[in-house]
Parts: sequence; C-alpha cells; structure tokens
Amino acid sequence: MTEAAAAPPAEDWRAGGFGLYLHWPFCAAKCPYCDFNSHVSRSVDQRRWQAAFLSEIDRVGRLSGGRVLNSVFFGGGTPSLMDPDLVAAVLDRVRATWPLANDIEITLEANPTSVEAERFRGYAEAGINRVSLGIQALNDADLARLGRLHSAAEARRAFDVGRAHFDRVSFDLIYARQFQSLDAWRAELSEALAMAVDHLSLYQLTIEPGTAFGDRFAVGRLAGLPDEDLGADMYDTTQELCAAAGYAAYEVSNHALPGAESRHNLVYWRYGDYAGIGPGAHGRLTQGGTRIATEAVRLPEAWLSAVERGATCESRTPIPAREQAGEYLMMGLRISDGIDLGRYSALAGAPPDPARVAALSQAGLVETDGKFLRATPDGRLLLNRIVAELLPD
Amino acid sequence: MIDRRYIRNFSIVAHIDHGKSTLADRLIQLTGTVAERDMKEQLLDAMDIERERGITIKANTVRIDYPAQDGHTYILNLIDTPGHVDFSYEVSRSMQAVEGSLLVVDATQGVEAQTLANVYQAIDADHEIVPVLNKIDLPAADIDRVAEQIEDVIGIDATDAIQISAKTGVGIPDVLEAIVQRLPPPPEGDAEKPLKAMLVDSKYDPYLGVVVIVRVIDGVLKKGQRIRMMKTGGTYDIDRVGVYRPAMKDVDELGPGEIGYITASIKQVRDTRVGDTITTEKKGCETPLPGFKPSVPVVFCGLFPVDSAQFDDLRDAIEKLALNDASFTYEVESSAALGFGLRCGFLGLLHLEVIRDRIEREYDIELITTAPSVVYHLYMKDGEMRELSNPADMPDPSHVDRIEEPRIKATILVPDDYLGEVLKLCQDRRGIQQDLTYAGSRAMVVYDLPLNEVVFDFYDRLKSVTKGYASFDYEITGYREDRLVKMSILVNDEPVDALSVMVHRDRAEQRGRAMCEKLKELIPRHMFKIPIQAAIGGKVIARETLSALRKDVTAKCYGGDVTRKKKLLEKQKAGKKKMRQFGRVEIPQEAFISALKMDG
Ligand SMILES: Nc1nc2c(ncn2[C@@H]2O[C@H](COP(=O)(O)OP(=O)(O)O)[C@@H](O)[C@H]2O)c(=O)[nH]1
Ligand SMILES: C[S@@+](CC[C@H](N)C(=O)[O-])C[C@H]1O[C@@H](n2cnc3c(N)ncnc32)[C@H](O)[C@@H]1O
Ligand code: SF4
Ligand SMILES: [Mg+2]
Repeated sequence: MTEAAAAPPAEDWRAGGFGLYLHWPFCAAKCPYCDFNSHVSRSVDQRRWQAAFLSEIDRVGRLSGGRVLNSVFFGGGTPSLMDPDLVAAVLDRVRATWPLANDIEITLEANPTSVEAERFRGYAEAGINRVSLGIQALNDADLARLGRLHSAAEARRAFDVGRAHFDRVSFDLIYARQFQSLDAWRAELSEALAMAVDHLSLYQLTIEPGTAFGDRFAVGRLAGLPDEDLGADMYDTTQELCAAAGYAAYEVSNHALPGAESRHNLVYWRYGDYAGIGPGAHGRLTQGGTRIATEAVRLPEAWLSAVERGATCESRTPIPAREQAGEYLMMGLRISDGIDLGRYSALAGAPPDPARVAALSQAGLVETDGKFLRATPDGRLLLNRIVAELLPD
Repeated sequence: MIDRRYIRNFSIVAHIDHGKSTLADRLIQLTGTVAERDMKEQLLDAMDIERERGITIKANTVRIDYPAQDGHTYILNLIDTPGHVDFSYEVSRSMQAVEGSLLVVDATQGVEAQTLANVYQAIDADHEIVPVLNKIDLPAADIDRVAEQIEDVIGIDATDAIQISAKTGVGIPDVLEAIVQRLPPPPEGDAEKPLKAMLVDSKYDPYLGVVVIVRVIDGVLKKGQRIRMMKTGGTYDIDRVGVYRPAMKDVDELGPGEIGYITASIKQVRDTRVGDTITTEKKGCETPLPGFKPSVPVVFCGLFPVDSAQFDDLRDAIEKLALNDASFTYEVESSAALGFGLRCGFLGLLHLEVIRDRIEREYDIELITTAPSVVYHLYMKDGEMRELSNPADMPDPSHVDRIEEPRIKATILVPDDYLGEVLKLCQDRRGIQQDLTYAGSRAMVVYDLPLNEVVFDFYDRLKSVTKGYASFDYEITGYREDRLVKMSILVNDEPVDALSVMVHRDRAEQRGRAMCEKLKELIPRHMFKIPIQAAIGGKVIARETLSALRKDVTAKCYGGDVTRKKKLLEKQKAGKKKMRQFGRVEIPQEAFISALKMDG
C-alpha cells in the first residue's frame, strides 16, 4: 500500500493566477432563494468597515506580498450598497499592497435599483472596471416572486447607466423559475442576448435548504418548479441560443464572447490562489509550498469586532495534496478548458481511474486528448455525478 | 398446601384494545396486590414493545388474593396470554393451564375477529366463560346490541354479562365475585402423586437465567428438587419457586391447581418448550400431558444489515434474542445482491416485525428485510419432497413434479358497507369463499386463502379498503397444490436474487408488471438507461425502462463553494451506503420490500 505521493509543485497556484475577493455582507432585503452570507441590517457604520477591510488587506498582503494580482471582486451580499469612498479607499490600499497585472479586472456585484445606479459613477472613479448586475428576470411578475426590489424597467435603466460608466458590464439571470415554460424562457433569453454586451451568467434556480424557498419546498408548498426533464431542456435551449449568438459556454452557467470571460471567476475554476476578505469569505492561499484553506467568521458583527480587536478572524486549514486534486477536479471540469491531467496527477499521485474515464467517455460525458480532460456539453449537465465518479475513493 | 376449592385460574380473552390490560390493572389494584404508589399502567406488559404496540408476546401471570363475599379469601391466578394469531399454539397452552375465561368485549365495538379466534380457543379448552361488556362509560356503548351479538355470533349466553368500565372501575367488584362464583376451581389433583406440571411459557432474565411459568397438576414443586423436562429430556435443580404479584415473590412450594414460576439455572429459553411436562427426575410421572407441539416457523425472510460491516453485530443480536424466544430460526444466508445476512423463520408476520424492530431498536442495526416467503413443498420428479422457504433457492423447474403451498382459513368481520371491497380483495388474492353470514350490520366472511397471498401486505390492504373497520384472523389449514412459478427480476440485465418471488402462473404477468413499474419509481435515475424486467425462467414477461438521468449539476459555484460542494459530495457518498450495488446499478434498500407492495 505504499504509494509514493509525489509532492505537488510548490508554485502550483501560478497555473491559475491570483485574485482577491472582498465580501460585503449586507443587503436591503433577503431574497427567498438566497443562501449567501447576506444580512439585513438597519445601520451599517461604513467607516468601521472601511478600517477593518484596510487592516485585513495589510495582513493578507504580508502573507502574499509581491504576487501579481490578476483580479479583485467585490461580492455579496450587495456591494452596491457600499459608499464609493469606501471602495476607493480599499482599492487604493490594494494598489499599495500588490503589483497589479496590466489587464487587472476589478468587478463589483451590483443590484439594479435606481438608488444603486446613482453610485456607479463613484465606483468607476474609484477604479471599478466591470460590474455584474443581478437582474435575475426580465418581467415584473417573476421579479416579484423572486422577492426582488427592482422592476424590469429599473433594471434596464441601471444596465444603461452601467454601460455608460464601465468598460465591461455583465448581468445575471435566474431561470427554471416557478411556472416558467420553455418558450417563455426562450423568449426572455433572446431579449437578454439582444441586450447583453459580452457576458452573461445564467443560473438555474437552486432550492437551497435553510432559505424561505427551501422551507416552502420541504413542505410541498413551492409550486410550479420544472421537473428534471424540463430543467434539462431549458439548459439545452440556453446553450443553443447562446452559442448561436456567439456566446461560448466557457463555464456551466457562464457565457461570453471571446476574451470577455470573467477573469476573477476563472481564478477559482483554474484552481488558482485567492485571498478572501470579509465575513464568511473563503480563500485558498499557497504559503511556503502549502496550500491553506481560509474561512472567515461568518457573522458580520463578530468578524468586524475580531478584526478590530486584532483577534483571529478566520480558520486556516492546510489542504493535503490529494484533497487539492479533488478540489481541482471539481472546479476545473466546470470550464471548457477542463483539467490539466499532468497537474492533476502531480497533486493526486495518480491520474484519474482510466477505467472510469473510459466508461464516461464512452457514454459521451467526458473527452480527453491525453493532456486535458473535459466534460462534454452533455456531460456538463451531469457534472456532480462525473466528479463523484472520478474523485479518488 | 392451599385448598384447591379456594383457587380460581382464569384468563382474559379480548380483541386488541377492548380493554384486557386495563381490566387486569383494575383487578390487581382493587385487591391491593400492588401498592398504590407502584401502580403503573399495563402492569403485565413487560417489554417496551409490548407496551407500545399494545400486544402481548409472552404469557404473563399474576396471583391475586381476593376476600370474597362468602367470607373466604380466594387465590385468583390470571394468565395473560399473547392474543395474536402468530402465537396461537402458545395461547392454546396457556388456556389449558386455566379453567375459565373472562370474555371482554368493547361495548362500543362489538365482537371482532380476534374475539372469535380467542374465544374459540377458550371453548376448545373447555372453559367456563363469563362475558364482560367493557367501556360502558362511553356514550357509544350499545350494551343490548353487543350482548345479542355475543349470543348470535359466538353462541354463548350473555344474559348475565357483566357491565363494566375498566377505566372508571365501575363493575370491577362484580367481576371479582363472578370469578369466584361462576368459574370452577381446578380439578382435584393429588399432592401425593408424582409431580406433573405444565410448562406454560418461559422468559430469559439476565440475572436469574430462564424463568419458567408452570401450572401444577399433581404433586408438589419445591426448591431443591431435581426435575426433568419430559420432551426435551433436560434435568435441572430448582433454585427458586415463587409467584408473581406481579413482582416475583418466592414461596415454599406450589401444589396441585397452583400457578407460579420456577428457576433452575436453565441457560436458554430453547431448552424449555411451551407445553412440555415437568416432573421429578426420579420417580417421575409416566405419561406426559397431551397436546405438546414443537413450534414451527411459517414465515421466512432475509434480514441483512444495511451496513454490511455490521453482520457480526446482527448475528450477536439474533443470538441474544433467541435466548428469550425459541420459536424463531435463523441461518446464515449469502445473497449476491445483499451480501451476508440471516434467513429467519417466524411464527407469523407480527412475530417477524417484533423481532426485526427489536434488532433495529435495541441493537441499533439498520436492516434490509427481504419479502417474506412461506414454506413451499416441492415434490421432485425423483420422489423426494423438499421444503423451499427462499425463492432464490428454487431448483430447475424441470426437476419439479408439483409444488404445494400452505393455505389458511381467514375469518374477517366487517361492516357490510365495506363487504364488497373485502370480497374483491380476497378474490384478488386467490381466495375461495367458504362462508358469509351476517350479525346485525356486520358481515362475517370466511375465506380459504393461500398464506403466500396474506403474509405480505394483505392486512395493510384490508385496513385501507375498510378504513380500519375490518378485523381479521386466520389459522393454517394445510397444503395444497397450485401452479406456482418462480419469477425473477432483472435490473440492467442482471438478476437480483433478493427480488425473486414465487407467484401463481396466472398472475405472473400482472405481478411482474406491477413490480417493474414500482422498481422504476424506486430506483433513482442513473447516468445510463436501465431496463427492468420480470422473467420466468428465460422468458421475459414484463419490462420497463428507467430513462437516464439528465441533470445533476451545481448551477452556481463560487470560490467559497469548493468547501460546500465537497461536503455535498461527501453526503452523496454516505447516501450511497444506503444503496446496494448491482453491477453498475444502485438500488435503495427500501426497494426490496416496497417493490412487492400491491396497490390494487
Ligand atoms: N373509555 C374507556 N376506555 C377504556 C376502558 N377500558 C380500556 N379503555 C381504553 O382502551 C384502550 C385499550 O385498552 P387496553 O387495556 O390496552 O386494551 P387491550 O389491548 O385489550 O389490552 C386504552 O386506551 C384504554 O385506556 C373503559 O372501560 N372505558
Ligand atoms: C452572490 S449572488 C448575489 C448578487 C446580488 N446580491 C444580487 O442578488 O443580485 C450572485 C448571483 O447568484 C445567483 N443566485 C443566488 N442564489 C441563487 C439560487 N438559489 N439559485 C440560482 N442562482 C442563484 C443570482 O443570479 C445572483 O445574482
Ligand atoms: S440574492 Fe443578492 S440581494 Fe438577495 S439576499 Fe442574496 S445577496 Fe442579497
Ligand atoms: Mg394489552
């Protein structure tokens, strides 16, 4: 049973790049489907938060100093509730801490209400060069069912404001919603494609336990959800329409014109290094050849006070090479590039089970050229199974 | 020595929930047998499972002192018998040990199937019977109608039926007086003759070893005696002699007509056979008591641990349970589908359920139970007769001349509104109607049915088609030939032995279709499509296709989700443990039972 597990290359993270994620944990209202670390709070002292973010940037900077930063992402929650001043101060500190890649992508997730659109100019001035708008649906009835605070018209206006201020604007839609027909989705997606600049995120509604939808679903009171077959048909239609419009499905739920892919998300999917700052933020940081998983304290107040007291605000767990291989597999198969088999084998100590790869590729679910392993378009819809199959036992 | 004229031995016969245990509690309470502070409900039902299900599995006995109106103090020995058909032999022995019965009928319900089955046992044992109408405190009590029913259906005089409420205590003194005045004392025995006592039941006590309930006919039982069991041949030295009040209390001796317990360093219940005759090793009696029968399991099933690593635990659990129950059998079974398990034989379905529940609950082992099977008699072409209790073991039919299966006589009482449903159900299960009579607005139907059609879900179906208003009892009547075949189930072209069943040839297509459809619902979709077939020999008689899984992907996956997704995958893997792998297909454990349930 002695299997000489080759030590993973110490600089493995370079293969995926380096990004910074900042989590803003507040929202104006909690959406019924959302299980992100988001909280509704009556008053948020943005200056305290600013100070905490800056001190965390300093701390993380000391751990990863000198690395070239490929991307910054303000996610949430609703980062478009942040004061532009706060964003500016954070980005100033980021620039002072890491050398930035020439083509650095700096994204802010924004909710498309008119109030938030008013802040777009300030964000642009602070250095944000890409926004991702949570439009979710293009009709008011569905927006209401999703518990959103904006109307479709308001979202379109916010989108136009965004285009005026940022080089790159993407938006998110949630489909496979309650009572949505295949034809209705086809029509809505065509509208979205007509409107889009170069990037779209299209997520099938997922019912998460512990959310309002999750509770209703558990007692059988969430009507009109598509069954597996309709969900699969909707997915296929999505691929078909996006492809026809030139939007490549570079990830399971993400579509872009060539060159417009989200660099930050690619860091995750290529299993690069990323620092996570803010309540509940996750990170993967290589230090001295060891990859560390970090996870910050989830509750906003607890995180804030820990940082202010100079106490530890995150857990740090080294990830054994075999587990890294598993994570790489899970993330890498989501994108059209797939996983680099050489890199995977170095981490896992062995390539994926050839018999299982052969069975999956015979079933048309994966394909490989010996160097890379990818999920086929058919395989993508069954990715959880494929990963479960290929994960070393 | 106690004068037999002041002894009364009796049992209480009743349909479940008519108030047997409550009445026993009241009798114990009113006579001050148990101090008020020690009173708890259902004193005689010792095991959790007995209390919970309201059933009695083992006979229990209690001795009550009752100062009667005639000025004498009587000793009343109550034997609480298991009321269920599965234990009818045990019931018959308990009945032989007493001279009279209280027939308790719920005055709001009337006579039910178990009332009948149990009262016939009492009549067979030549009992004097005192009818008691219970629950008269309830507005729905219909005393006249129920009394009339007792006369019409059972055929005993109900003019002197005692009206009581075991709950409020009304009428309990009348019951005590009636026991003394209307039930006979034990027949004259001879204390000088060699010892002759009946082994009524026995149970295992972790401190005392086996405790045996006995009824003395002749002679005297004393501490220190060396006794012999006449059927099993075992000899033992008596350590303790006593009576239940209902706690154990030692006495010097038990003489003719008395009921009590003995302990004698007996290691396992298996060494004590219900109905055996106990005598002294030396100068014992010549002829044993009549009516002894070894208990024979009639329903078999496989019990497999869900987690195959627990097989040894399962075997330990069964061995421990067997210490207290000689009536089930077990042997190691190995199934291609389910791995190692035990093939167990039980006295009936309830018995099966009780043992299975106890393993799961008391020993914390999750089980896969395969479909219950009866014992078939295979007459081979070479003249040999083989017993078949596991369809997977069915030999090549070309070597089999004919197959016989056990039949039962089923008695069902049902309000006539539901009679049609009941007849249809019995007809669907290959029943042959034997009798149909009415008592008031209720019908009593008697059917000859194959046991095979009843062991599985007949009772559930009966309850559901009659909204719970029917009552049901049965007895095994013998074996009869029929056109029986083994039907196999193939999943993804591989036979799954644990799903094989014996079916009547004429019903095979219908059953096969139903099973394939059920399995199609029960097996989750896989990454490939899966044919599910039913076959007799090489011939496919039904077929369904489970289409391939189309979608299982996490729509949204951020950086942080790696951790969460990993947890999900781990959960998915744990869920796999609850599945059994057959070639490339995973079958959930509940499928092995649910696939056989018939909806129609
Ligand atoms: N109202 C009323 N309920 C009773 C009476 N006797 C028993 N019960 C209830 O009927 C149910 C079944 O009684 P139990 O003695 O357990 O019946 P067993 O199954 O025959 O032993 C219990 O809920 C008792 O409380 C009675 O005289 N009046
Ligand atoms: C981090 S979330 C929140 C972004 C922003 N606060 C908003 O709501 O617009 C990013 C995206 O995930 C998607 N999302 C969130 N919960 C989802 C769910 N339960 N099912 C499918 N997509 C979901 C939505 O499209 C959302 O825009
Ligand atoms: S979906 Fe967005 S806006 Fe809604 S609660 Fe979640 S993070 Fe906040
Ligand atoms: Mg009871």
